Amino acid sequence: MNATAERTATQRMTPIRGRRVGGLAVLGAVLVTAAAVSLAVGARALTPAEVWHGLFAAPDPDQRLTEIRLIVRTVRVPRTVLAIVAGVALGVGGALIQGHTRNPIADTGLLGVNAGASFAVVTVTAVFGLSGPFQYLWFAFLGAALAGVVVFGLASLGRGAGHPLTLALAGQGVAVFLAAMTTAVALSDQKSLNALRFWNAGSVAGVGFDVIGPVSAFVAAGLLLAFVTLPAVNLLNLGEDVARGLGVDVALSRTLGIAAITLLAGAATAACGPIAFLGLMVAHLARSLTGPDYRWLVPYAGLLGAIVLLLCDSVGRLVVRPGELDAGVLVALAGAPFFAALVWLGKVRNT
Amino acid sequence: MSGAKALRSGPPDAATAPVLPGVRLGPVSFVWRPWQVLVTLLLAAVTFLLFCVSIGVGDFPIALPRVVATLLGRGERIDEFVITDLRLPRALAGLVVGVALGVSGAITQSVARNPLASPDILGITGGAGATAVFLVTVSGGASAAVMNTVGLSAAALAGGLGTGLLVYFLAWRRGIEGLRLILIGLSVSAVMEAVTTWLLTTADIRDVAQAQAWLIGSLDNRSWDEVRLALWGTVVLLAVVAATAFPFRPLHLGDDVAAGLGVRFAAVRAVVLLCAVLLAGVAVSAAGPVPFVALVAPQVAMRLTRCPTPPLAASAVTGALLLLGSDLVARTALPVGLPVGVVTAAIGGPFLVHLLVRANLRRDGTA
Repeated sequence: MNATAERTATQRMTPIRGRRVGGLAVLGAVLVTAAAVSLAVGARALTPAEVWHGLFAAPDPDQRLTEIRLIVRTVRVPRTVLAIVAGVALGVGGALIQGHTRNPIADTGLLGVNAGASFAVVTVTAVFGLSGPFQYLWFAFLGAALAGVVVFGLASLGRGAGHPLTLALAGQGVAVFLAAMTTAVALSDQKSLNALRFWNAGSVAGVGFDVIGPVSAFVAAGLLLAFVTLPAVNLLNLGEDVARGLGVDVALSRTLGIAAITLLAGAATAACGPIAFLGLMVAHLARSLTGPDYRWLVPYAGLLGAIVLLLCDSVGRLVVRPGELDAGVLVALAGAPFFAALVWLGKVRNT
Repeated sequence: MSGAKALRSGPPDAATAPVLPGVRLGPVSFVWRPWQVLVTLLLAAVTFLLFCVSIGVGDFPIALPRVVATLLGRGERIDEFVITDLRLPRALAGLVVGVALGVSGAITQSVARNPLASPDILGITGGAGATAVFLVTVSGGASAAVMNTVGLSAAALAGGLGTGLLVYFLAWRRGIEGLRLILIGLSVSAVMEAVTTWLLTTADIRDVAQAQAWLIGSLDNRSWDEVRLALWGTVVLLAVVAATAFPFRPLHLGDDVAAGLGVRFAAVRAVVLLCAVLLAGVAVSAAGPVPFVALVAPQVAMRLTRCPTPPLAASAVTGALLLLGSDLVARTALPVGLPVGVVTAAIGGPFLVHLLVRANLRRDGTA
């Protein structure tokens, strides 16, 4: 390729690339705004000035301002940070699982990770008498990861594995089985029933930095793996045979991809409880913005995931005052109709 | 589409199918399958045996001959009291709910032409569960008496019916197609689940334990009031199904053929489908959303009778057999107080996965 042709090609690429970078910047700005909103709304609504003060001011003798500082730093900030971390994880996980399965209705929530984590939580609560989120986080993560791998494995057995329904139904089968076992444990132990019902709604509230720290580490590892496999995902989308022909180590990319998805979904689920449909929804939104290139689609989906989760959490704090509607419930209420619309519009075909 | 086609266990090829003798009685004609009749009768006999065993088992065990004698009205006073007042409602509830779920599943699977289209997956039981939990948590423990009787049943029935209609209309797009119906059902189920979960987090812990036990499906402490309602509902609905479906066996023929057969066929299918939804609702109102019986029973019946599509009568009996058997296991083998739904889910989850994996292995690479 000579220099002129190369320059022409670059010039042709630039507007698209520029638009995509610009889009990322816009999404980043929206994310910051959503985070600011999330810091401000709640049982005690704060003005922007108060939020600013709470975040950055030094300890103050004024009683009222100290109270604000307390609210912002110990309640609002962890909540906002967790929503961002979990949102990014679920968004990237959702986009990644759609890419790896070539399945437009794949969602990390359908992998049975929720049911696996619930089961682990009630079991360890009943057996070891654990009570704090930090104590059962590791078990929730383990349960989520195990269930995810089992469902993924079941769904990819056989030659018919590409069918869109397979993953959803394998997830459903494993989830109902685990849910029954969870109920069995929860009904024989009052304490685990109590732990279960709060954990089970899918909420980013009431979790401190002691939990957010390890969760973020898992999510970071998952993101790293995810971004390593992105070029391969693009090629895998052309079909396994084509990808193999183009020099992709299919088995390795699949393994890395599943590991990344499990890390992301497992960590987010362990910290927040089940949040279904978020990954599915933002992956489709991202695709409509960027097109099918996963190197762009995945970062967009991550940002969108954080934005949607922040907004759902903020709205949930406003609609049923003085109570709260858990973010997971709102995401499902928004995501399920979205999913139904995809089905109805015929986006779900046999791949 | 090929998805629905691939997942169903289709009728055998015309070339290899044996020619079965037909029977014609006036306007009604059907295929005479001696094996199917034999298996159905055998299943019915086993179900009756299990029904009697289930009545006999308990803190005050009663031997099988005495159970049968009492049921026939020739028992001793003490047996009569224990059986008719304490044991019979539970066993009857198991029988009726099993039959209702079996038939409901057989109809939905036939119409959607997909073994996965059972009331659980279509969200009908989920909707009934959400409505019932709503009633439990909103009314609170104060109105437990209302909750335990007619109110809960009515709410569950209304919720099941509403959700069924919602799924049907959402999935309607120039006809009903199996894959779309299932996917829409899954999404509506998810909404119902989210609502249920949220209601549970806001409720008082005592209500939650009660709701949780109810949500997985339970036959504990059935009263005659609840059973009577479910019994009559099921009997009436079964009569409607029998009267409308019997002359029109080919429910599973799909939209194109249905269109060819005319408006009357479409109307009949709608009536039968409505009955299926109501049967699921009745079952939920009596025992809660017992998972997977409606999915498993028709598939098992189909294999036992070697029919190409889920047979209604055999599915009904198989459903009852499954539920009574699971209840017996829950009462005798498991720790105290675990509801029957735990057992059916433990059987049904793996069964669903088995269906799926087998369908996968059978299918060619394209689907």
